[in-house]
Amino acid sequence: MQAAKVLMVGAGGIGCELLKTLALSGFTDIHIIDLDTIEVSNLNRQFLFRQSHVGQSKAKVARDAVLKFRPNINITPYHANVKDSNFNVEFFKQFNVVLNGLDNLDARRHVNRLCLAAEVPLVESGTTGFLGQVTVHVKGKTECYECQPKPVPKSYPVCTITSTPSKFVHCIVWAKDLLFAKLFGDKNQDNDLNVRSKDDSNSKTDVFERSVDEDLSQYAQRIYDHVFGYNIETALANEETWKNRRKPCPIYVKDALPEDAVQLNGSSKDHKNEEHEPSAMVSLGLRNPQEIWSLADNSRVFLEALKLFFEKREKEIGNLIFDKDDQLAVEFVTAAANIRASSFGIPLHSLFEAKGVAGNIVHAVATTNAIIAGLIVIEAIKVLKGDYQNYRMMYCLEHPTRKMLLMPVEPFEPNESCYTPLVLEVNTKTTKLREVIEKVIKSKLGMNLPLVMVGASLVFEDGEGLEPDEAANYALNLEKVLAELPAPVVNDTKLTVEDFQQELKCSINIKHRDEFDEEKEPDGMVLAGWSGPVDKQVTSNGNKRSVPSSSSADDVNSTAEDVSLKPGMKRKLNEILESHENSDTLQNKSDVGSSSAQLVEDDDDDLVMLDEDPKQGKKKRLQ
Amino acid sequence: MDGAGAEGELTAQETALYDRQIRVWGVDAQKRLSKAHVLVCGMNGTTIEVVLLPVDLIFACLFFKFCKNIVLAGVGSLSLMDDHVVTEDDLNANFLIPPDESIYGGRSRAEVCCDSLKDFNPMVRVYVEKGDPSLINGEFLDKFDIIVVSGASLKTKRSKRIAFYAIDCKDSCGEIFVDLQKHSYIQKKHGGETEQQELTYPSLQEAISVPWSNLPRKTTKLYFAMRVLENYELSEGRSPGETTLSDIPAVLALRKDMCDKMSINESQIPTALMERLLAAGKKEHPPVCAILGGILGQEVIKSISCKGDPINNLFYFDAADGKGVIEDIPPPPAN
Repeated sequence: MQAAKVLMVGAGGIGCELLKTLALSGFTDIHIIDLDTIEVSNLNRQFLFRQSHVGQSKAKVARDAVLKFRPNINITPYHANVKDSNFNVEFFKQFNVVLNGLDNLDARRHVNRLCLAAEVPLVESGTTGFLGQVTVHVKGKTECYECQPKPVPKSYPVCTITSTPSKFVHCIVWAKDLLFAKLFGDKNQDNDLNVRSKDDSNSKTDVFERSVDEDLSQYAQRIYDHVFGYNIETALANEETWKNRRKPCPIYVKDALPEDAVQLNGSSKDHKNEEHEPSAMVSLGLRNPQEIWSLADNSRVFLEALKLFFEKREKEIGNLIFDKDDQLAVEFVTAAANIRASSFGIPLHSLFEAKGVAGNIVHAVATTNAIIAGLIVIEAIKVLKGDYQNYRMMYCLEHPTRKMLLMPVEPFEPNESCYTPLVLEVNTKTTKLREVIEKVIKSKLGMNLPLVMVGASLVFEDGEGLEPDEAANYALNLEKVLAELPAPVVNDTKLTVEDFQQELKCSINIKHRDEFDEEKEPDGMVLAGWSGPVDKQVTSNGNKRSVPSSSSADDVNSTAEDVSLKPGMKRKLNEILESHENSDTLQNKSDVGSSSAQLVEDDDDDLVMLDEDPKQGKKKRLQ
Repeated sequence: MDGAGAEGELTAQETALYDRQIRVWGVDAQKRLSKAHVLVCGMNGTTIEVVLLPVDLIFACLFFKFCKNIVLAGVGSLSLMDDHVVTEDDLNANFLIPPDESIYGGRSRAEVCCDSLKDFNPMVRVYVEKGDPSLINGEFLDKFDIIVVSGASLKTKRSKRIAFYAIDCKDSCGEIFVDLQKHSYIQKKHGGETEQQELTYPSLQEAISVPWSNLPRKTTKLYFAMRVLENYELSEGRSPGETTLSDIPAVLALRKDMCDKMSINESQIPTALMERLLAAGKKEHPPVCAILGGILGQEVIKSISCKGDPINNLFYFDAADGKGVIEDIPPPPAN
């Protein structure tokens, strides 16, 4: 332990507990990478941090905190992104083990590949509410992190967002990625909102543009009427859409707020906003973020928030990106989503709930992180001892299964077919190189800085150190359709794709196809032979382009106790349960894969044995 | 600073700080937590974890880990009872005691930890209770909603509404005992409906005096091993953990004796396991403390918030096999 050099990736919920436990357990050389700074909402569990630390680097503060009680150990903090090119294979090679305490799939995959390349064991982990797991990945001995399919964040088809929402999350995505972006974000970005008003259907005026010196109250009401009234009426005109669906109701300001006088004076109602951050809730005297506002109150918040942005934060307009910690933005998005929800007969939600959805907030408590940190250290010690027979994947459950709250499972053997030949079906005459890179190479294959070759020709390269003319050339290539690239990509062409940093290389065989089903294949291309992460969402009325949204909360009404096991865990647990007769019920069984997990059993009913021999009766799955 | 304002609503500060955990157990549960009073007797590795307040990072293992967790969760108050003067040994396992003699010298563990814990969450009141835990009476206990002890067993009568937890960590194994007396709570079913449940718990005395032949064969071996160890320590007048491997011949003899009396086969209590427990002494393996402290923290939160199935009634963890198992002792009557 003393001699071991350990790398921790992540200094948040799991990271704080892990660093403390490592220090107490006698580790003396720990490196820690985290790009984040400390926020108030971290303090309920990331106990190495105090109120006074808000805004500072997590990695650095964590280090300082631990040194206070273990002054003689070495902790090297890096306030940086683990995907930076200086954290290359050479960097990883210096460690005996890598311990992940990350919160996103992208970074996990990246670290996994670097560990494979550097041949350093990786202990992975994750927690959500009361659930958690720890998995061990050692090249050649166990499968790697990506061998099991992992769910990717949900994205929704454009139509659902723009025309036919059926869930609250659809309304949030509309409010955040369309309306908020249109009003306050980059004007040059494409946006699917209808910008033509009924009076000007042929002109080029963008109805969202505020005329010079236009009265703010009037502007706000005009926007309200446009998006919640006029646009809905326009949509209703298309009978086909509503044949089997509940029709939305258009809502105008005069319907939602009949008694409120139309204020032509543009200033906000209250002087309370002078001291604090501008907030519509404060202006309107709404105190409780857990309360579900009426349509009328939501409308007031919408109008007031819109006005406040223009009055108090005008300079930021045109550059704003939604941030869950931006109170006014959260208020605006909540109100907008709720009014839209009201229109479509979808239940309204409180600001607290809306914020969770819009901000993809993961519910988290200190206790689960503490348990997982303890389990990580136990596995790390086994790894350092080379005790590979005893490596375990550890699951922390909310409800006991076979009397167990903490359940060990033997790791799976390495997957032979990790990177089998891939086939991509695509329309080579209409699809641009840029689309293939974004939707397949970076997104599905998870490459960070890919290089794309056709035979010996390099058609695209990403990274630093490019000459200006090279970069210009690649930029041009991105916009060309595959068939028209300098080295044409047509049916049966083989692409070679590589990421040096991740030491990942694979071939993609291209098959030309003319037509793609808009609903089932919204990306306009299909990748086969990829046993990596699978996109789990089912699109209903697909469009070629999906609005990417990282909202993962599907049903906002569920609380933590409803959250079922993460799909990766579910798969293994179901296999275990199916192979034993008297299993506790575990609902939501998903598909069972072909390999079976072996639950670790110790000696059972045979009482003749005098001493416990841990190796007896254990199913050996590792070499 | 008290939690929960005049009308019982959480303050803006609390809402911001506890945002992530409110998303787990809800606002009502958080409010209840802020009104709860917890007593912790015996500040060792695990209890510290459960109590833990992010303060000057005094690190102790088990008890401290427990303390950390419930302070972070936002209980109303926490009282610590541990008159042992801080020694250098405590520094190793305890992260709530700064390794600075000018700070800890001559003070009790409870005092030093109290200072550290307050720092973790200024909204929780932390107190030191002087005195010997084994001498406390029912009246004193009535102030509290929850009592957590480590090592010594508490034989005093408690009023009906006080929950009791006993926790022990022997190197890489641990045991948690839960007694919620009569406990009503909300159980959430799949599909979102909730159901009121009621559980009645046996006392510690009942749980440790069950005839062994009544217990199912697959009962965790640790249960029996801990009882043998307890018995040995009691009969030899040792304090908890005051054992070494050299005690093994006497312990094995005791094991035989107890197994004969209880009519079970000695092989139910493996020699290797007894050896591990004896060799453990007072040692607590930090990762195991983190795990036990986390489990116990969760249990206390469940019991205060009356939400979620609590452990009924014993929990065992052994790092050797990685299993964290619940045992129901005495077992429910067969149908």
